[in-house]
Amino acid sequence: MPRLVRDTIDIQALRRDIARPEDGAVVTFEGVVRNHARGRKVLYLEYHAYESMALKKLEELESDVRSRFAIRDIAIVHRLGRLEHGDCSVAIVVAGAHRSPAYEASRFAIDTLKKTVPVWKKEFYEDGEVWIEGGDN
Amino acid sequence: MSVRVLFFASLADLVGKKELRLDASALTDVASVYSRCEQDFPRLRDHRGSVMSALNSEFAGNGTPVRDGDEVAFFPPVSGG
Repeated sequence: MPRLVRDTIDIQALRRDIARPEDGAVVTFEGVVRNHARGRKVLYLEYHAYESMALKKLEELESDVRSRFAIRDIAIVHRLGRLEHGDCSVAIVVAGAHRSPAYEASRFAIDTLKKTVPVWKKEFYEDGEVWIEGGDN
Repeated sequence: MSVRVLFFASLADLVGKKELRLDASALTDVASVYSRCEQDFPRLRDHRGSVMSALNSEFAGNGTPVRDGDEVAFFPPVSGG
């Protein structure tokens, strides 16, 4: 089950929850807050979501990934609220027998999330703030 | 006919609220809900070309029919991750 959280994402706990003895590969992707974007210094970010729909789309995405790739399981956590440089905004853990489908599943999951999950990022600069619309990819 | 309308991100700022209720008989599809909102918030017209829509937490098109009690959401292209 995917989750939306407002505190630090505990990657190790997420990994422990998902990994099983039969897994030969666990791929972890972390999206991290940068200190710059589009040539401007970013002080911090806020993430906002249409929470009920975001959870639904994340559930669909997890289910889609499980059926598309030869992996055993996937877990996605997105953080909302104010985030500082270096904070993890999204974590995707994929576990399975072999690394190749696990890498592919991880890449597919973050690329799809950025297009289909209703979450928006607002960047705060020294001289203002801007809603970001559309993915940076 | 009553629908709950939600706005997110820049559209919520533009409208000045995150949600409102519309009671009108002329609401037939998602496009008609947006048009009705444009009457009260003309600046929404500038976003017609880029706005995304959802009906009851699923992506919807302009022609998706709306029914009494539905939740319609309008928002800019997503930027999570």
